[in-house]
Amino acid sequence: MTDLVLTRHNELIDPLVRVWGWEIPVYLFLGGWVAGMMIIVGYFVLRGRHREETCVCSVLPGLSAIILSLGMLALFLDLEHKLYVWRLYTTFQVASPMSWGAWILLLVYPALAAVFVLRPPELLRGIWPGFDRLSARFGEPRVVRFIAATNIVLGVGLGIYTGILLSALGARPFWSSAILGPLFLVSGLSSAAAFTHLVARHVEERELLARSDNVFLVIELFVVGLFLVGLLSSSQAQVAAARLVLGGPLTAAFWVLVVGVGIVIPLVIQVLAVSHRIRHTPLGPLLVMAGGLALRFVVVAAGQVSHWPKG
Amino acid sequence: MARFGMVIDTRTCVGCTDCVVACKTENGVPEGLNRDWIATETTGRFPTLHLEIRTERCNHCDNPPCVSCCPTGASHVEPFGAIVIVTHELCIGCKACHASCPYDARFVHPEGYADKCTFCIHRVKDGQDPACVAVCPTHCMMFGDLDDPNSQVSRQLASRAHHALIAAAGTEPRIFYLT
Repeated sequence: MTDLVLTRHNELIDPLVRVWGWEIPVYLFLGGWVAGMMIIVGYFVLRGRHREETCVCSVLPGLSAIILSLGMLALFLDLEHKLYVWRLYTTFQVASPMSWGAWILLLVYPALAAVFVLRPPELLRGIWPGFDRLSARFGEPRVVRFIAATNIVLGVGLGIYTGILLSALGARPFWSSAILGPLFLVSGLSSAAAFTHLVARHVEERELLARSDNVFLVIELFVVGLFLVGLLSSSQAQVAAARLVLGGPLTAAFWVLVVGVGIVIPLVIQVLAVSHRIRHTPLGPLLVMAGGLALRFVVVAAGQVSHWPKG
Repeated sequence: MARFGMVIDTRTCVGCTDCVVACKTENGVPEGLNRDWIATETTGRFPTLHLEIRTERCNHCDNPPCVSCCPTGASHVEPFGAIVIVTHELCIGCKACHASCPYDARFVHPEGYADKCTFCIHRVKDGQDPACVAVCPTHCMMFGDLDDPNSQVSRQLASRAHHALIAAAGTEPRIFYLT
């Protein structure tokens, strides 16, 4: 038996750490979502699909920039010393994932802008014909390949960063897993594929995205399993952390919202849809995205609650 | 350059909280928040129980995760005595350092920056002990250079059984408890 009594009761720290509220899970979800969209748009550009009239490449960069900005707004709202936010960009701290993330986020905007110029939305082309001349300049095959590769590389970096941000904080056993990076990346990809499926107009693209999303969801299930096995085969503190979602207080949220509603049910719906047994509906993609958000909420909450044995 | 640390004799600490009051007074710690605190730990099985009373604070780790995760360099290891401190005007209040500390030693100061024990660096630079050490009525707290084999802290560690807190976290804390 161990009984520990502290005379301390610091706000946000005691009795359990809860320094990060809704803002960080929302930021991690939106960041992962944008990361997935950058990979998808990079792939489409690499395949030359951006030249097609109805390609979803024309709307993804603008939407991604808006979604990422909302994510950064959530991150800003979480800061306690808001007026000093510019300090992020007066230094580069090589050991800090958050510093890496801040600079990656800055690079993401020009990469998205390059695709935006390469394939502007129809509405803007109508308003300002100069866009077509600008697009032609970006249309050199070498430039196109560079833009596509940059979006894919930055997308992978951004997606993994959203997981590494947590896994680098070794004081929290639930986060102390290198698998969090790939998990958040594949979750971001599945959310992005789901969203792109919703907004794509081209039937072939929608089919491709639905099939891809099914693959991402199967991989996500596999990575979730690996994540739990990894924790269960580690230290006593990590085994205790895994129990938060294996019988502990976050079990229902994890298995019902993240795995059930967010992965298994939409996977079944979309498998039936791509095999043409039922019609494509927005329900599957919306559930995938809700599951992606729930994953970040559960992981952030579980990490903060988990701790090394005191004393 | 010195590497300051603290040694606390759990056999003479009575948990009077003088150190807590001294810290709050010396450093103007806001009401309801603490840079140091008393932990009372009971272990074992009745009737063979063991009671340990400890005064706790930031461990000024040799491998401080709060420093490596800080995106602005606000949390850093001060060259003077290898003390871990926060530069208030560099801190953005992202709270990564709070999440990274296995000792939960940090809190958000009402002005927005991350706050914690500084080993009273302003006093130490003047050749004085930290306020908590200076006021301890049982003299259970000792402060000094861990790299100096003749310092009181080094001699105590060489001659007495001791432990550090949450050693498994790998942060190499510099506060030791004599048992």
